[in-house]
Amino acid sequence: MKLPVWFHRFGSPPWVYGFAGACVPWLLICGVLAIAIGAYWGLAIAPTDAVQGEVYRIIYIHPQTAYIGMMAYTLMGIAAGIGFIWRIKLAHAVAVGAAPIGATFTFGALITGAIWGRPTWGTYWEWGDPRIMFELLLLFLFLGYLALRAAFDDRDKADRVSAILAVVGVVNVPIIHFSVDWWNSLHQTATVMQLDDPAMDPEMLVPFLIMVGGFTLLFYGLLFRRLQAGIVERESGARWLRELVEGAAS
Amino acid sequence: MSEFLAMGGHGSYVWTAYGITLAILLWNLWSAGAMLRRNLRRAARETAADEPARRPKVSQLEGE
Repeated sequence: MKLPVWFHRFGSPPWVYGFAGACVPWLLICGVLAIAIGAYWGLAIAPTDAVQGEVYRIIYIHPQTAYIGMMAYTLMGIAAGIGFIWRIKLAHAVAVGAAPIGATFTFGALITGAIWGRPTWGTYWEWGDPRIMFELLLLFLFLGYLALRAAFDDRDKADRVSAILAVVGVVNVPIIHFSVDWWNSLHQTATVMQLDDPAMDPEMLVPFLIMVGGFTLLFYGLLFRRLQAGIVERESGARWLRELVEGAAS
Repeated sequence: MSEFLAMGGHGSYVWTAYGITLAILLWNLWSAGAMLRRNLRRAARETAADEPARRPKVSQLEGE
């Protein structure tokens, strides 16, 4: 099978560096704008929840941070797997870029969840709640991936060993998603991801989805920026990079 | 306005959650850009450090 030319470009570090650099400002600007609009809408315009009152407004940030963490891990696992199997450095750079973003957003999901839990469930933390535990495991998988990489001086070895952890850990992502169906949990079952009949009022669903979109755009902007940084690190000494920085340094 | 900030008595929960999320977003925005700038500076230093060693080679080639 003959692959189209554009596909091969994704294996070229200078092309990916330039492509990512061109996308980053748009992704970040649109992401920040959407989050600002969504936050204002969610905090000031959306109606008060009949059961929870005003504290429900954490719904416009908590599921979004959790979703970004899970998406970041899935992407990290797939990219690390591709890098491991086909020995593609750029794929490993994608995985490395996704890890710190995913770790901080997963941490944010745990913290905002704890803050939300106190007034609604009467507790900040519940060790017996499966979704909280598997979300905590997700944070440890991100931190473990980064710590494992830091333990190797040789980058190729770090890529290969950390990729195994990244790929194995992907199984945790569907467990987090389905944990509310499989076990008794303080968390409610799927609210938005039942597309035929979302159990959320449109007045709340619209800002909710704007926030999902904003967080997603911001995530890819951050990932592309980190991918650029990773490419510069890995392409040390390459002619295109020398030419790039010579222009900037002089 | 004060009613908006009070969030029906749950203001401390809502604003703490939003504040922490904002801090995470800002850290991510700052650190991604800082990392690229740092790596580009290092690459520029390495390129500059290599230049003197390379020049004689080029002039030798030109002289041949």
